[in-house]
Amino acid sequence: MLQEKKSKRGTFIALLCVAALLVLVLVLENTMRPTSMLFTVLKKGAVYAVVATSMNLLNGFTGLFSLGQAGFMLLGAYTYAILTIPVADRESVYYLYQGTIVNFSLPDLFGGADTPLGLVLGVLLALILAGCVAAAVAWLIGLPVLRLKSDYLAIATLGFGEIIRAIFQWDVLGPVTNGANALKSFPTFSSFNIENADGDVVLRLSTFVPFLLAAICIGIIVLLINSSYGRAFKAIREDEVAAEAMGINLAKHKRPSFCISSFFAGVGGGMFAMFASQAQAKTFTTAMTYEILLIVVIGGLGSISGSSIAAFLYVAASEWWLRFLDAETYIGDFKVPFLRTGFRMVVFSIIIMIVVLFFRRGLMGDKELTDLFRPRRKQKEAAK
Amino acid sequence: MLKIDDLKVSYGGIEAVKGISFEVPEGEIVTLIGANGAGKSTTLRTIAGLVKPASGRIHLQAEDITALSPDRIVSKGITLVPEGRHVFPDLTVLENLKIGAYLRHDDLEEDLKWVYDLFPRLKERSWQAAGTLSGGEQQMLAVGRALMSRPKLMMMDEPSLGLAPIVVKGIFDIIKEINHQGVTILLIEQNANMALQTAGLAYVMETGRITLSGPGRELMKNEAIKKAYLGK
Repeated sequence: MLQEKKSKRGTFIALLCVAALLVLVLVLENTMRPTSMLFTVLKKGAVYAVVATSMNLLNGFTGLFSLGQAGFMLLGAYTYAILTIPVADRESVYYLYQGTIVNFSLPDLFGGADTPLGLVLGVLLALILAGCVAAAVAWLIGLPVLRLKSDYLAIATLGFGEIIRAIFQWDVLGPVTNGANALKSFPTFSSFNIENADGDVVLRLSTFVPFLLAAICIGIIVLLINSSYGRAFKAIREDEVAAEAMGINLAKHKRPSFCISSFFAGVGGGMFAMFASQAQAKTFTTAMTYEILLIVVIGGLGSISGSSIAAFLYVAASEWWLRFLDAETYIGDFKVPFLRTGFRMVVFSIIIMIVVLFFRRGLMGDKELTDLFRPRRKQKEAAK
Repeated sequence: MLKIDDLKVSYGGIEAVKGISFEVPEGEIVTLIGANGAGKSTTLRTIAGLVKPASGRIHLQAEDITALSPDRIVSKGITLVPEGRHVFPDLTVLENLKIGAYLRHDDLEEDLKWVYDLFPRLKERSWQAAGTLSGGEQQMLAVGRALMSRPKLMMMDEPSLGLAPIVVKGIFDIIKEINHQGVTILLIEQNANMALQTAGLAYVMETGRITLSGPGRELMKNEAIKKAYLGK
């Protein structure tokens, strides 16, 4: 059918764009000054894009208003860190607890984090397990919590995030979680830079790797949403009664949606640990969940490309473009008013309010970038 | 085809359906009429598995389907067009129809063509968001969506609700057409006039009980019915 051919062309264009983007990142990274703020923003943006997309799957596509994202990221970050700290470094990381009771490391099992195989396999496996741990916990939490609806579900999941953070800072678990101290020394994005024998970097991959990981994760979520399973998610969001009457089993769809969303939040948490070079429970606050919620809403509930674009815009605006507002500036003898530490957040909040006022359904609404290649009038003709 | 035995349903302590028994013969249009709160919708929702009965049995072609989950019941061939249409407003007409066929894993092309032939208007609007359709078109979509599950029995909860008389007539013509093509229909209505004209068999429900039954056109001549439901 005509419309199918068209959607295939859309998919092809989307794949091409992603490939072009990956190449662009690789080229930029190896030509520009590596300390540029741009790369910090790109790395964090890629991580946030994964988490925002996972949150969108739940909030935007299945209509389950959950605020547990930071909690699941925490689970992912800790799982990743605990599984990848080289055994040789464990003593120094866990010095307060005289070492750890977890005495193996995934990269070491494949020949160590210094060898390409050990690094790639170890990190990949650890990230997948990070997702699995988050998904498993989500399944358990989901048993009681998914009976709740809208605001009540949000409050329950918010509580979950707080509890998880408290548990991970608990002294008794110190030999595993290092208590309130940070876990570090595990492979980060920079570990993927290829060095020659003298220790000089020949090929930088530290931004390319998070982009590749994000592309894979988001790609899987897109495939899921476009399947008939994803259509059932949307049906539940739109009207639970009708969805049930159409033979969609609510519990059998809400729970997988919750688990899959948490899986990718967990993977995103692992990536966040790689980005930050450390994992510490106190970073994964409710404020982080709100940041991600903000990205999802600004991008558009129900738009994957919206979440991805908004993630980069959000990180760039909050951490880079508005930096100058925080510095006291003099033009000659004249001190520019208002500019001082913290003013950035005032301007940023005003910008967000303006964006929300002008784009009431987010930047993309529930449309995707590929929809822009298909003008409405043509669709109608195709249907006739 | 469908046989209900002494069905009782309670909502939070109140017995909405107080032991009803009736049958829906294969290939017929059967209607259940009655005032607000008579328990008609509850009966349909119970057959569809959305509400669990307190007691009583529901049989579909000799198979006991009492208290099966709604998705199992849909896959047995019973579908419900809910009251007030309940289309998925932000999804396109085509997506709505595809969700109707959610439990099927075979080719939809033929059934899409069937539904589009019954409702040419839906074909014209297949890319439009369902929420932008008019009330009558949404009712057509709700019916079309239910048909996509290829039902043996289609249950309709007040298809005339909130629609202009001319549109209601169109909907009933389609119901007859669908029945003609072999789908058994169980219809509940407050628009008793239209329902009785269309139905081969009619049941009258009052406060949780069936008080009268018979062929639709005969019931129209019944003095009590005339007075209570036809306003004559």
